[in-house]
Parts: sequence; C-alpha cells; structure tokens
Amino acid sequence: MTQLVDLMEQAHKELSAASSLAALDEVRVHYLGKKGQLTAQLKQLGKLPPEERRAAGQEINRVKQSLQLAIDSRKTALQEEALNAQLEAEKIDITLPGRKMDTGSLHPVTRTSKRIQEIFMQLGFNVEEGPEIEDDYHNFTALNIPDHHPSRASHDTFYFDDGNLLRTHTSPVQIRTMENKQPPLRIIAPGRVYRCDSDVTHSPMFHQVEGLMVDKDVTFADLKGILDAFFKAFFEDDNFKTRFRPHYFPFTEPSAETDIQCVLCDGDGCKVCGHTGWIEVMGCGMVNPAVFRHVGIDPDIYTGFAFGFGIDRLAMLRYGIDDLRKLFDNDVRFLKQFA
Amino acid sequence: MKISEKWLREWVELDATTAEIEHQLIMSGTELDGINPVASAFTHVVVGQIKSIDAHPDADRLRVCQVDVGADELLQIVTNATVAVEQKVPVAMIGANLPDGAGKPFKIKKSKLRGVLSQGMFCGSETLGMGEAGEGLLAIPADAKLGADLRDVLDLNDVVLDLDSTPNRADLLSVAGVARELGVIMQAPVTEASFAPVTSSIDDSLPITISADDLCQRYAGRIIRDVNTQAETPLWMVEKLRRSDIRSLSAVVDITNYVMLELGQPMHGFDFDKLTGGITVRNAVDGEKLTLLDGKEATLRADTLVIADDNQALALAGIMGGADSAVTDSTTNIYLESAYFVPEKIMGKARSYGLHTDSSHRFERGVSPDLQIKAMERATQLIMDICGGSVGPINDICTNDTLQQRDAIAFKRNQVKRHLGIEVDDARIEDIMTRLGCTLKTTDTGWSITPPIFRFDLATPEDVVEEIARIYGYDNIPSRLRPMVPLIVPQEETKVTEDTLRNLLVTRGYQEAITYSFVSPDMELMLNPAHDDIKLANPISEDLSTMRSTLWSGLIPAVDKNLKRQQNRVRFFETGLSFVNTDNGIVQRKKIAGAITGSRYPEHWDKQPELVDFYDIKGDVEALLAESTANYYHFVPVAHPALHPGQSAEIVSDNNVIGWLGALHPRIEKKLGLSQSIFLFELDIDFILQKELPSFRQLSRFPSIRRDIALVVDEHVSFVAIEQALNAVDIEQFINYSLFDVYIGAGIDEGQKSLALGLIFQDFSRTLEEQDITGYVETIVASLETATGATLRQ
Repeated sequence: MTQLVDLMEQAHKELSAASSLAALDEVRVHYLGKKGQLTAQLKQLGKLPPEERRAAGQEINRVKQSLQLAIDSRKTALQEEALNAQLEAEKIDITLPGRKMDTGSLHPVTRTSKRIQEIFMQLGFNVEEGPEIEDDYHNFTALNIPDHHPSRASHDTFYFDDGNLLRTHTSPVQIRTMENKQPPLRIIAPGRVYRCDSDVTHSPMFHQVEGLMVDKDVTFADLKGILDAFFKAFFEDDNFKTRFRPHYFPFTEPSAETDIQCVLCDGDGCKVCGHTGWIEVMGCGMVNPAVFRHVGIDPDIYTGFAFGFGIDRLAMLRYGIDDLRKLFDNDVRFLKQFA
Repeated sequence: MKISEKWLREWVELDATTAEIEHQLIMSGTELDGINPVASAFTHVVVGQIKSIDAHPDADRLRVCQVDVGADELLQIVTNATVAVEQKVPVAMIGANLPDGAGKPFKIKKSKLRGVLSQGMFCGSETLGMGEAGEGLLAIPADAKLGADLRDVLDLNDVVLDLDSTPNRADLLSVAGVARELGVIMQAPVTEASFAPVTSSIDDSLPITISADDLCQRYAGRIIRDVNTQAETPLWMVEKLRRSDIRSLSAVVDITNYVMLELGQPMHGFDFDKLTGGITVRNAVDGEKLTLLDGKEATLRADTLVIADDNQALALAGIMGGADSAVTDSTTNIYLESAYFVPEKIMGKARSYGLHTDSSHRFERGVSPDLQIKAMERATQLIMDICGGSVGPINDICTNDTLQQRDAIAFKRNQVKRHLGIEVDDARIEDIMTRLGCTLKTTDTGWSITPPIFRFDLATPEDVVEEIARIYGYDNIPSRLRPMVPLIVPQEETKVTEDTLRNLLVTRGYQEAITYSFVSPDMELMLNPAHDDIKLANPISEDLSTMRSTLWSGLIPAVDKNLKRQQNRVRFFETGLSFVNTDNGIVQRKKIAGAITGSRYPEHWDKQPELVDFYDIKGDVEALLAESTANYYHFVPVAHPALHPGQSAEIVSDNNVIGWLGALHPRIEKKLGLSQSIFLFELDIDFILQKELPSFRQLSRFPSIRRDIALVVDEHVSFVAIEQALNAVDIEQFINYSLFDVYIGAGIDEGQKSLALGLIFQDFSRTLEEQDITGYVETIVASLETATGATLRQ
C-alpha cells in the first residue's frame, strides 16, 4: 500500500507539472490508461491473498477516482487558461470604425413635406397630386381668375407656346380633385410650383402645399383652428402663435394671410421678421362659391376652406437656412446636414 | 401706393399714432411695404436768401455768398452750387446736423474754404434725404419766411406710408379712399370729397361720340382756354407728389396727377389746338399707329380702345396719351378728359403693349363711375388757381343709364354663422355695413344691402361676409379645432410607396437632390438627341429654358458641380416628373433617378478603395425593383444615346420599357470635362409600385442539398440566357440556384468563360438520395447545353 501512496504522490506531482492538455493526457495514460500504473495495480490484485483483495481493490479504485477527478479539474483549468490566452490574442481595437455604407439623407424640402403630410394625415387629410404643366383653365380660370385679371400679373407665369403653363401653385390639384370626387373632402396637395422670378428670396421653382376641406358645415373658425393646430404641431410648441389678416385671393372669400410668430426671436422682433415679430407664411380662406360652381359642387349645400403655403419657407424657418437658393444648389455638404 | 401721412390726415380726423394707423391697416387687409420719413432727420436748416455773390479769390469753382437768414447780420457762405442773387435756399446753420443716407450724423462747423470763411452750407435735395444726387439745391417756396425752419416750411415732420392694397380694392388707390377706409375701421370722421362746380366763362365744347360703348361708358371733357401752362407748380403740390414718388413735370400734368392721387380718377389733358373735329372713343383700327408720350410708336390692335379726333387716334384710352396731342410749354388751350372705362374690358390691355401706368393700374381695377365730374371740377379749380384760364362747360356723355346704380345683395343673417362659425349681432352687422357706405333694408331673413358705387368688389353675399369678418376683426373669430369624422383612405398593402423607394436609396448611401425641372437645351440635346424639346416661351435664362425629358439632365450637372467642389464621392437620387412630347401631347411621368460616382464605399482602413461600376448601380436598381414583387423585370443590353453602349441596359417589364441604367457615355463625359465616370439609372415610378400580398407556403421538413457545378460557355452568352434555361427546367425539387463565380483566363479556352453555379434541391416528402441529385444535375446540364451551348467544365 505504501507503493500506492508513493504512486499517487508522484502522479499528483506530474499532474501539477503538466502545462498543456497533451502533457496532461500523457499523465492520464501513464496512470489510468490500459497499460497505466493504476491499471497494472488492479491487474496485480489476483496475486494478493483473497481476504486482502477486496480492501486493496477498493483502495485502488478510490485512488483511481480521486486521480481522475484531479485530472479533470486540471484539464478544466488548462482549457480555461488556453481560452484566456486565445481571447487575449484575439483582442482588437474596438474603437476603429466599422465597415459600412454611409447612410444618405432626404432633401430638407422632402423631409419638411413629409412632416407636413404626416400632421395633416392625422387630421384625416389625404395627399393628392397633379400635373406640373397645366392648362390655363385649371391654374386660373377655374380658380376664379379670369383672363387679364390683375392678380394674374402677380403670378409671373411661365408659359409654353401652346398656351399651357407651368402651374404657379398647387391649387389646380384641388380643382382636379373636386372635379372627380364628391364632398366631404379633406386633401392636401404638395408639389413643385413655378414662377418666373429669380433673386435672393425667389426661386423660379419652389414647393407648395395646398390644402382643401369641403363639407356641409366648414367655417372660417375651423380654418383658423386647423391651421393653428398644424403650426403648433409643426413647430412642437403648444403656445405657438398664428395671426390671420384679411387679404384678397380670387378663389377664396373671405381670404386671409396667415402670419406665424417669428421662430427666430419668438415674436420679440428681429431682422428676419422685419422687427414685427411675425412672419407671413400662408394664404387661405373660405372657398369662393364661384370655384365650387366651376367644379359642380353646390355652394348652397357645401362650404369649404383652402390654404396654401411654401414648403421651402417652412424648411428654411425650421432648419435655419438663410438662403432659398441653397435648397436647389445640391451641394452634398449641405444635403448631408439633413441626415 | 405711397402717400404722405399728413396728406391722409387732411382727409380723416385720426386721433392715433402712425403705429396705430399701420396696425389698423394691416389687420383690415392693407399691407404696408414700408413707412419712411419724407426727409432725413436733419436739424437747424433754415430758409435763407442770397443777397450777393462774389468770386472766390483762390478757387474758380467756388463762390462767396452773403446770405440773409432773417438775422441781424448776413452770413457768409462759400459754395460750389449754381446760385443766383435773390434766390431762396436751404441753409444749414453752424451746428446743424445733416445725417447721411445711413443716418450717421454730420455736423456743420464754422470753417474756411480755401482761406475764405464759410458760416454754413447750402443743402441739395440729396443732402436732406429728399431726392437723388444731381438734383441741385432744394427749391424753397417763394413766400417762405427768412430764417424759418425748413422742416416747418415744407412740413417735413411726416412719413410716407407705402400701401400695398389688394387688387380687388380699387377704392384704396387714392388718398380720399384710404381716408374713407380708415374712417370705417377707426370710426373717425372723414372729409367729404365734394367740390363746387367751376362756373364756365366760355361756351366752347367738343362733341363726344362713344362708339365703343362696351369699353367706355362715361366720357367727360371740358375746354379751358388761355391757360398759362408754364406756371410754376406750387411747392406744396410738388412736395405731395414727391412723397408719392411722382416727379413734378409741368403745372397741368402735375394737377392731373395730383387729382388722381387725391381722388383716384386718372385724367388726361390734350393740347386743344392739336385736335381736329370732335372726340370719338372707339376701337383702334388694326395696324393703326400711335406715338405715345414715352416717344414709342405703338401698332394698335382692334381690341384696343383709343381716344381719337376726326383724323387719328390721340391716346391709348386709360393707359397713356399720345405725343402729338400732349400739353407742352407752348400750349395755351387745353382739353381735359375724365372718363370711366369698364375694368374687365380693359384688363390686360396695357400689359399687352408692354405698358403699366398709374392710370391703367387704376382703370383696370376700377375707377368709381361717380368720380368723373368731381375730379373734373377739382382739376379745373386747381388749373384756374395755378395757371388761370377761361373755363368751358363740361360735356358729360354716359352710355349706360344704370352705371351709377348698384344691385342690392340679398343677404341672409345665417350666412354669417355658416361661413364664419360665429354669431354677430344684427346691430353690429348693420353698423359695419352702413359705415362701409352700404344702404340696408331689413328683410324677413336678413337684409337687402346696396353697396356703395365705388366698391366694385362688393357684389355677393360672400363679399358681405368678408366685409363683416374684416371689420369685426379676424382676431375676434375664435379658432376651433372641430371634431373630425374619420375619413380613412384605403391603405393598399400591395402598393409600394414613394417613401419606401426614397428611404431605400437613403439607406444605400444616396443623398436626395432637387434640381430644376427646366434645364439647358444643350444638356437635353446631348442626352436625348432624337426627342422633341419642350421649350418655355419666357424662360428665366437660356440655361433654364427646356423642360427635362429625363432627370439626368439635372442630376449630371449637379454631380459635376460637386466634383468641382472636391466632393469626389457623390450618390444622388431625385424623384419628379419628366416631360416628353409625344404624338398625343405632352406626357408627364414621375421618375426616380440616380447618379453615382467615386468610390464604392466611404474610405475605410481595412478596404482598398474601389470605384463604383455598373454592378453597383445595378444592385441599387435591383434593390428598388425588389420592392415591387408583383412584377418581373429583366435587363436588356440596348444602346442609349446618353450611355456607354457596352454598359447600358434597358429595364423591361411586361413589354414596357420602364427604365434605363448604365455608365454615362464617355463622349459626353469628355464634352462635360468630367474627371470621373458617372453611373446612372432612371425608373418610371408608376411601373414599380405593385407589390404582391405575401401568401404563406409550407416549408419542407426535409433537408435541402446543394450541388455546385462549373460550366464553360461562349463568352458572349449572357447570364440571362442561362437564367432563362434554368427557370425553364421542369424539376419540382430544383428550388433555387446561385451564381458564385465568373471566370475567364488560364485553363479556359479563349472566347469562353466559366460560370460556377450552386444548384439547390429539396423535396417535400423525403430526403433526396444521391442518385436523385445526379439525375437532376444531368437533366439541368443537358437543358443548359441545348439552350446555350454550355458544357460541364472538365
């Protein structure tokens, strides 16, 4: 039995010295393998007297089990060590930039247009579109702007030789919609519009949203309410102020121009608002019965309101863009700011 | 229209500041483009009179003047201005402040000019902020008291209101009209515009014939003889005209202009001695010539109204007088005209001759048909006062008996609530409408309202509603967020939205551009030589004169501009209409287009920079098309004038060409001087918006098996031929394939290429056996060989 104790002592020493899984396995084979030392001890049992065999067998098995446990534990430790070494070796600089396709961006006008559409869609307005090369009837006549009407002069219209024109507002879309659909109607029509004018504050092409609501009981108070709610939502300010001033448009009556509180000075007065605290952003009013008659809607049954404003202007106010022309210059350094 | 505040206050008694007047005007619908002082804020400028002028001993251009400023002693002032003895001049005294155009103060000090003492300075119009450079010394009224403060003499503590009234409010184009409006909105007493008739002292008059009575419905004329047309216009009138931006020309012209500003009636004076026979108001004869006051000869059309004598056209009615019959310094007898032209009939006529005058501006919007005689009497009196003369009777011809009458508007009181959403008291409505000059009669449901003659814009019940709202105050109408009945539009799940397409490209690194819809015709011609340009008749510039037939016309220059700004990696897309002329007229279709150039990915530490090529843009196009699952698309190698013939494809779906993609043609790149290749695509949006509603299919429980094969095929065989052959294979278990290599080079015969395909098989009811797969592969290879000549690579 002393022999067994010595053997175990030797085994444990070798176990501790084994610094790799391979060395460990050698130790295992040396003691526990088919030809291992402990296996040899077991084979020797037969030579012992029968009364000793049982105790000696038990002792050898106990030692064997204990050795196996020690080997397993050593193995786990070595595996852990190996993994740690591997992990250490695989360490990288996680601050280096990843592989990617840079994300691009929507144009600030599109971005603003979407925002406008989303707000009005919550109020049950649908988006309609129409052609940009329009006929005179839809752009003017049906909107109660007959030939040579003085307000035509202010439209600075682009014409084609055949008498067609580039729409000067998206209002023709409201005419086309009313020609094809019956009230109740709630629509907005965003899109490109054109005026023959180009300077710091005018672009020959810009964007407008036209809105129209027609029902049996639509009033000027509703017009004020919806536009008020819209601007509050758009500028994310529940105290945002709007102001309605009488104005004249042939297609609405009463007509109004809408001023919003200056977003740069919060209405205190600054250079942008001409020290008035207000910025004019929109024309609106109750649909003129003459327009209803043009599209076959009975003005004795229905009333409605319409409004129109520049998307570009709202985008400029929202994002602090100081020059309208930057919107159509398509400088990627500018566009990337709207990601 | 610009008018002086003081002039306005002569017509309406306002106990209000300028700011209050401004606010009231704005909130009742008249915008102000500005409020500007009539002179700079100068001080200590007085009236002086030159007593003597001596030459300067040391300077040829300077003179030494002794000036009486009403003080005990004369002042000595050295000047280089043109002056005369006895002339009254504005004198800036020592200590005077003369701010410059920007308002910066400038003090006058005692000084020596070339050694001679100067105790002040004479002031030109510009120095005082009252005119342009080069106008000389400001004129002073002859009766001005010496030493009097110039500000008092010329009434300069005044501002000019630059009113921008709306085109429907013709009645606001005069001082009297604006005063009347302020009287209504500020509840203030207004001066009545009535003038005692001037008693005629001669009997002379001209016969008037109105032959175009649809265009002219009232024409009044009067002869005034022995008029001193060289009389000086009084300074008060010159000043008022100046404040309204009208230059003083000569007394008669100034007077007609003055009356136009004051009352709103444009008038015209003819040289009576240049007229032959009577006055005829008629349509022009086509081609008739008339030399106008501005010296230009107009060739008239028959739709144009003229004032003529028995020989010829004298004036473009309501627009501009003729040169031949104009009042000049040698005129002694004048014929004064005051007329009413029907606004809707003469609208646009001035513009059609390239003209816009104060007169046409007013007549087109509507001059009240009750003004003609008032204005005639007012002008006559002013002429008598200023120029003298003998007055003939007024010949007043009116061709429309009802011209002075207005139809009553049947107005129901419930209209107010119906349109405005509020109730307004009957008493308030009556008060508003009465103050506006309407006559009201109560009816069962409301009122019968007769508008005043000068309110052309007041004719329908809605017009009345507008007036009530305007005077009641838009601010006083509540803002109501009404409860909305839901109006749910069907949201079609099988529709791809434009937003989806845009966002997809944004995710793939594209910036959205917005370029003009009109482009340079050169660019159009280069990209699309065969097509028929759609040209604007009145473009901003030649560069922006042609409607784009493709979005590339805007995107390519946009990319180019960025390259020139050292932005070498550009990925642009745009959506918008393209415009194409066809046999059936102009077709406007919505497109989505892209242009890319530069490196494939943003520069990265672990990647070699690679430039984009055809397959990058094709990948983006395929990603867009993949959204529209309801359609099958294929790419056909077809040449396009804008694209590289070997790297261009037409995209076809259901026999419709729905788009193009490819490399910009190197010839165009060269012409544009581009430093790097641009790849382009354009798709017709309407063709790629259809999606299939997903429909669940069972999944097989059995494993799929992949078998890779390598084919050798003639290099001209396109992959689409292989795909077609593969798609035609009728083996249910052949569920998918992929192309994982394309190889040309060593080991492959010249003119051949090798394609490596992964074939994937799966059955629904069992695991496939080796022999099954072998059989399938054999069938597929055989099909490919028959269709394309492909063989298995050995």
